[in-house]
Amino acid sequence: MAVLPKPRGPLSEALIAALVCGSVEAIAVRPGSSEDAALTLWTLYEMSYRGYDGVDDRLEFEPELVRVRRELEDDLERRLRERWPGRPSYDDGFAAAFFAMIEADDGPSLARFVQREATAEQAIELLQHRSLYHLKESDPVALTLPRLPAAPRAALAELQYDEYGGGRPERLHAHLFAEGMAALGLDATEGGYVDEAPVEVLEQNNAMSLFGLNRRLRGASVGHLAAFEATSSLPCRKMAQGLERLGFPQEIREYYEEHVEADAVHEQLAARLICEPLIAAEPDTEDDVWFGAWTCLDLESRIARHLLERWDAA
Amino acid sequence: MSAPTTPASPDVIICPGGPMLLRGDHLVADDDGVEHRTTRPISAVCRCGKSATKPWCDGTHKVIPEKHRP
Repeated sequence: MAVLPKPRGPLSEALIAALVCGSVEAIAVRPGSSEDAALTLWTLYEMSYRGYDGVDDRLEFEPELVRVRRELEDDLERRLRERWPGRPSYDDGFAAAFFAMIEADDGPSLARFVQREATAEQAIELLQHRSLYHLKESDPVALTLPRLPAAPRAALAELQYDEYGGGRPERLHAHLFAEGMAALGLDATEGGYVDEAPVEVLEQNNAMSLFGLNRRLRGASVGHLAAFEATSSLPCRKMAQGLERLGFPQEIREYYEEHVEADAVHEQLAARLICEPLIAAEPDTEDDVWFGAWTCLDLESRIARHLLERWDAA
Repeated sequence: MSAPTTPASPDVIICPGGPMLLRGDHLVADDDGVEHRTTRPISAVCRCGKSATKPWCDGTHKVIPEKHRP
């Protein structure tokens, strides 16, 4: 179960107060800032994963909260779509064009920074921000599973079986990350570091939930997955090397080492056996597959720019 | 009305420029004849020869010049 965050403005304050007291009055969706809006949406989305201790689970589908969520996610989706330049034109099939887009991505790399020069403090801060997602790794796209046609559904289940430890809870990727955090003396509670998360990190997490929870966005959800996996293998090796340079414990390095090999499989699965067959079966999803993939790269480079600038390392 | 047919999926998939995907439980012998058992529902076997975790793919094919990719 996640921990309720501290409010960051009038809207998150109203929501958190309603969740705590269990009775929901009309909430005016007038966020005080983009952080206030992003945190409110994140807090609502967590109700659909493992919920909060002391908060009534029935509030997940409380009509007033669904209305607030819908307004905030419409706004998020509009902003994400405005940023997207549109899909490339290609003749050689989806996978080749997809890997070409990944290769052309020249966003700043946090993994390279950790590999070569991050201080222990900066690496810890990054792990805290990453924990928002890594402690529920693969959960958002799991919500997409029943919304897919047969071929991509089978392939996504195959990929997720690996993400979820192949039947062994101790190998579940989210659990490996929790073990790494515990070995570092960090709080491994889900959402334990949400109060420290910059708006870019909240938005990255919200985008995955937006794509996962809305069936109409299944294309974006698997496109996001493919880009996430395709930008994981080599960066995870760099992360593992950087954490070793800093003398961090084996448990956290193991999380990254596991992803070097796992994601070299997953990127091929996601592009060739999930996205491509989805586009073949449901051609209307093609634009959204590209939208989701591009959004994944864009949101990650926003986080990297923010942190590297703040660390004076850009 | 008959159910829509989904063609049987292959157990071995060659990824252009990348690894070979191998579905199921297998013993893979590396260059030196050392045997490695697959540990995942689907595994990626290195074809570029540059992986640091051979016989498995580690994504290194993406950083070698295109003409040297398999």
